[in-house]
Amino acid sequence: MAELMYREALNQALFEEMRRDPLVFTMGEGIAERGGSYKVTVGLLEEFGPDRILDTPISEASFTGCGIGAALVGTRPVVEILFVDFTGLIMDQIINQAAKYEFMSGGQGKVPMVLRTQGGAGNGLAGQHSQSLEALFYHIPGLKVVMPATPYDAKGLLKASIRDDNPTIFIEHKLLYMTKGEVPEDDYIVPIGQADIKRAGNDITLVTYSYMTLKCLEAAEVLAKEGIGVEVIDLRTLTPLDKDTILESVEKTGRAIVVHEAVKRGGIGGDIASMIMEEAYDDLDGPVVRICGKNTTIPYNLELEKVCVPSTEDIIEGILEMV
Amino acid sequence: MAKKSPAEKKAASPPVDEAIMLQMYRNVYATRQFELKCAELYRAGLIRGYLHPYLGQEAIAAGACAAIGDDGYIVSTHRGHGHCISKGAELKLMMAEIMGKATGYCGGRGGSMHISSKKDHNLGANGIVGGGIPIATGAGMGIKIKGTNQVAVSFFSDGASNNGVFAESLNLASVFNLPVIFMLENNHYAVSTRIECSAGDCNLAGRGAAYGIPGICVDGNDAVAVYLETLKAARRARNGEGPTLIEAKTYRHGGHHVNDPGLYMPRDELEAWKARDPIIVLRNQINNDKKIKAVEEKVDQEMDAALEFGKNSPNPSVEEFVASIED
Repeated sequence: MAELMYREALNQALFEEMRRDPLVFTMGEGIAERGGSYKVTVGLLEEFGPDRILDTPISEASFTGCGIGAALVGTRPVVEILFVDFTGLIMDQIINQAAKYEFMSGGQGKVPMVLRTQGGAGNGLAGQHSQSLEALFYHIPGLKVVMPATPYDAKGLLKASIRDDNPTIFIEHKLLYMTKGEVPEDDYIVPIGQADIKRAGNDITLVTYSYMTLKCLEAAEVLAKEGIGVEVIDLRTLTPLDKDTILESVEKTGRAIVVHEAVKRGGIGGDIASMIMEEAYDDLDGPVVRICGKNTTIPYNLELEKVCVPSTEDIIEGILEMV
Repeated sequence: MAKKSPAEKKAASPPVDEAIMLQMYRNVYATRQFELKCAELYRAGLIRGYLHPYLGQEAIAAGACAAIGDDGYIVSTHRGHGHCISKGAELKLMMAEIMGKATGYCGGRGGSMHISSKKDHNLGANGIVGGGIPIATGAGMGIKIKGTNQVAVSFFSDGASNNGVFAESLNLASVFNLPVIFMLENNHYAVSTRIECSAGDCNLAGRGAAYGIPGICVDGNDAVAVYLETLKAARRARNGEGPTLIEAKTYRHGGHHVNDPGLYMPRDELEAWKARDPIIVLRNQINNDKKIKAVEEKVDQEMDAALEFGKNSPNPSVEEFVASIED
């Protein structure tokens, strides 16, 4: 099995799906000649040509809507929005158009579009290029939200998203692009809606996703040496949410922490914590805890930026307070 | 505006097949009857939500839809019944939808503002002003990628033409040379704000030039004129010559919404436009009372049947709906 970077795994998924289905195409800013800001679309132009790999004007709202229209007439667009922060420009098209079309048309039409974007702090990009905005999409019925943490999951989930008939918000993390992992060269998919237990343990459950999965695994590794068994659930998909995997784990461990980089207030952690308390109260030995981003705009200065998102130490501390 | 005699109008327009003229007349007349009936039902409480009549603007939908063929895509607006009818929708399925019934086009989930009809290539009305313009542009992109020879028409209003997605979409369609016709229905009012108060330059057709595409102004109360301009634009689109902006000037016969009396619309201006009612203009061009009467009688029967169908149709099942909602 080849070891690939996250971005290479995504690139492989695009190549494979575009070869498999001539109706798949991709568009976004600087994705063709330049190969994308994070090199995810490198080489596609040479193989698939300018009709299927489109460099768009800086017109996020209209090229997102364009993806919706193209999806409605039978193609399968993969639309790239450079930073999740820029989705502020496309919210009508996502919230009012893509998410609602199938429902409002009484099922006459579907929007099989993938919106690829990336978020997260860590590169000193300040307030408008570092956010984690998944909760905005999680809140809207009609969307699927996918946030893979590993190269294997990135490839399998992007392929699954392209084949899915629903509008799918696929959020990558800028600190994951260069991370490596084993990726099969064969055609496989990771089903949307299935969490993955990245590490098994009996003492406490960490529910997380995207880049924070790596931090949680680091914390689990450290605590294993102290005899604490930490179970790390990587959600991989936020909508649909794999409640069963979460609840089964909590039944076993009796303790749960939700870890995410997005700000705590109004974040997905609150929803998951409530869900666990509503559905598994009797299994719990104490309240579900959230370790999340601070309720602040991400600052430019790297030292300031660092304290805004959970660190491995924060997670270790949080666990030690509970077990 | 200057009133032209029917004879002048007829002489000014190049000849169009009588069958097409009658088809357009059917749609203009059907839309008129449908809208009048809907207003009545709304007042009787049988239609809820918002209802934005297309009264006075019927010629635009009829002309444009006749020109793009059955396989042409359209994206419609909140004032969309005319587009839906002219693209071939069945009145009874429309009536059922607008009455919120299970048998309607969208199973009662969309209503007036969201009605769509897939079999007619009508991608749907839209509750967001301007929201459909990028979607129609995307239909054009899909057509290009699939390599079919269709065209897409984006219907929208003067109000929407001041929204950012209008500018973005015209530019996008121009850059990618997409087979899209941007049909700007200039009824002079964005809800209640006059175009002179909302546009820095009221020559809306002139905006095409900014994006390198033809911008044409046409009499929106003349279905034949709209048909001929759309036909030219569709030919350009199919020849790979890209998009066209058509500004069709028209006027609502009432306020923004069925319950808006439109008191801000000057009476003399309204009367001048009503004197050039799309029905009268087209009737004079066809100039065949017998055939017109036959068309009208058929529509009247369809309307009666549509009303019965709508009234007698069941509501969607609440139980089934609730059960279908994922946790």
